[in-house]
Amino acid sequence: MKKRTRIIKSVVTHLLIISLGLVMLYPVLWMVVSSFKPNNLIFSDTSLIPKAVTLENYVKGWQGYSGISFGRFFMNSLVICLVSIVFTVASCTAAAYAFGRLEFTLKPLWFGIMMLSIMLPSHATTIPRYILFDSFNWVGTYLPIIMPKLLAVDSFFVFLLVQFIRGLPKDLDEAATIDGCGRIGIFFKIIIPLIGPAVVTTALFTFLWTWDDFFNQLLYLTKPSTYTVSLGLRSFVDASGESNWGSVLAMSTVAMVPCFVLFFTLQKYFVQGIATSGIKG
Amino acid sequence: MSSSRTINIKKFFKRNSVPYLFLLPWLIGFLVLTAYPMFMSLYLSLTDYNISKYLSEAKFIGLGNYITMFTDDPKFIKSLQVTFTYVFVSVPLKLAFALIVAVIMNQKIRFVSFYRAVYYIPTLLGGSVAIAVLWKKLFSKGGVINGIIAAITGIDIKLIPGWISSPKYALWTLVLLTVWQFGSSMIIFLAGLKQIPAEYYEAGSIDGANKRQLFFHITVPSLSPVILFNLVMQMITAFQAFTQAYIISGGKGDPINSTLFYTLHLYNQGFYYKEMGYASAMAWLLLIIISAFTAIVLKTSGNWVNYGSGQ
Repeated sequence: MKKRTRIIKSVVTHLLIISLGLVMLYPVLWMVVSSFKPNNLIFSDTSLIPKAVTLENYVKGWQGYSGISFGRFFMNSLVICLVSIVFTVASCTAAAYAFGRLEFTLKPLWFGIMMLSIMLPSHATTIPRYILFDSFNWVGTYLPIIMPKLLAVDSFFVFLLVQFIRGLPKDLDEAATIDGCGRIGIFFKIIIPLIGPAVVTTALFTFLWTWDDFFNQLLYLTKPSTYTVSLGLRSFVDASGESNWGSVLAMSTVAMVPCFVLFFTLQKYFVQGIATSGIKG
Repeated sequence: MSSSRTINIKKFFKRNSVPYLFLLPWLIGFLVLTAYPMFMSLYLSLTDYNISKYLSEAKFIGLGNYITMFTDDPKFIKSLQVTFTYVFVSVPLKLAFALIVAVIMNQKIRFVSFYRAVYYIPTLLGGSVAIAVLWKKLFSKGGVINGIIAAITGIDIKLIPGWISSPKYALWTLVLLTVWQFGSSMIIFLAGLKQIPAEYYEAGSIDGANKRQLFFHITVPSLSPVILFNLVMQMITAFQAFTQAYIISGGKGDPINSTLFYTLHLYNQGFYYKEMGYASAMAWLLLIIISAFTAIVLKTSGNWVNYGSGQ
């Protein structure tokens, strides 16, 4: 008897979670399914099973906006993301090593400032940064988006990596010091090989945030040939209006594929990153 | 005397040169891209500075911009109302959802990591332009949501309003979009729930507490530091919401300014009208508002946040 109530309870819980999950995922599922429906069948068709399947939306959508194909937007986004990852990982691990392992003058002050800058609303710096980059003639190029990453402006990742480095056993450093390894040597020989998981988390979220970023790209990218997926999609929607929703949904689906792939291959790092450091989102 | 000083200087350099070498990129970034812009925008906020007029210099006008905001810019007042409504409705709802789902998932059931992944998907994708575009479509007149409403209630789909195009409802579609993305908070709550010792619940059950009492007298108090953390982080993020409102409202806060978020008004002032002085003042006011609310939450948290182990 007791066992039976337990089974019923568990079934009810599962059903509850699954049905709520379906409601939550419905918009995304509908988008993916509808992107394969012929254009005239999409509007207000709520079903998740298409009556007819076509790839036409993808073919048409891929042609893009003002003669520039989505292939170009994808390449642009990928280049920005990859450079951002390399820059962020390099600059943030260096700063995190200093904060996490080394002793130096004014360390508490800088560390406090670093923590505060994580909470700082970005709008407070937006306008002077724009004026500054404009004076370098950088507006219209990728430099205002990628160069700040070389300077570890996403302090959040410094914090994440500091937390990780502090958790590494110090014996290794001491052993290396006895072997004649300096502070620079310890960074490259001991710390770098051990912080893999935190670097993956950093790279992952840098990719997602850069991929999904809209505000900075809207500010700094002015030529359609330099547009990213976010900007390309926005312009594509504005240009195609109500007539071509199939292609809009198809390209929206394509725009999400990289995030999906990363999420399902690197799920472990997502959960670790969020749970241990409270990544916003 | 002088030789000991040179030794000290040498020591100072020996101690600091390597750490500061590692710190250098971050330090330059902080000074050039954070500290300097902060002071610069504070200064600009006290000036009349329009960069579309060439050769125009920033003209010092004291608190003029701040006074204009409250006395001569109805759109600004509207944007404050919109943002406050958005923050104070969406954040509590989002946290409530996250907490409830986390509690359900914290039971010993199978496939939890799969379910957790499914519930995180909206958060993973939610900030993108693609989802904003989708949302606009879903909640339009004759759109899918209305199709579902029509199917359930039997009302003619033509009679159901377009949520996105209605000044009365447009903001609520954005609130819903935000609440939908409760995944991060949920994962943080789940991690917190795992830290609550099972003995607390056992003790509570022995004392005859029911599920609801256990939730309010054990789960919520034990989790209160995590709730505080999520509350502060989500509030700061919500005040800065931009992308979704920009896409869904066509960049202008349509219909009739009902989704004119603070950040949208700021963006339009700064980068559409090129009023850099005014936009800087708005940016600083936003900074002050966010700091004030964070401070209030942290100050009052002493009354409801429980840091001890248990009671």
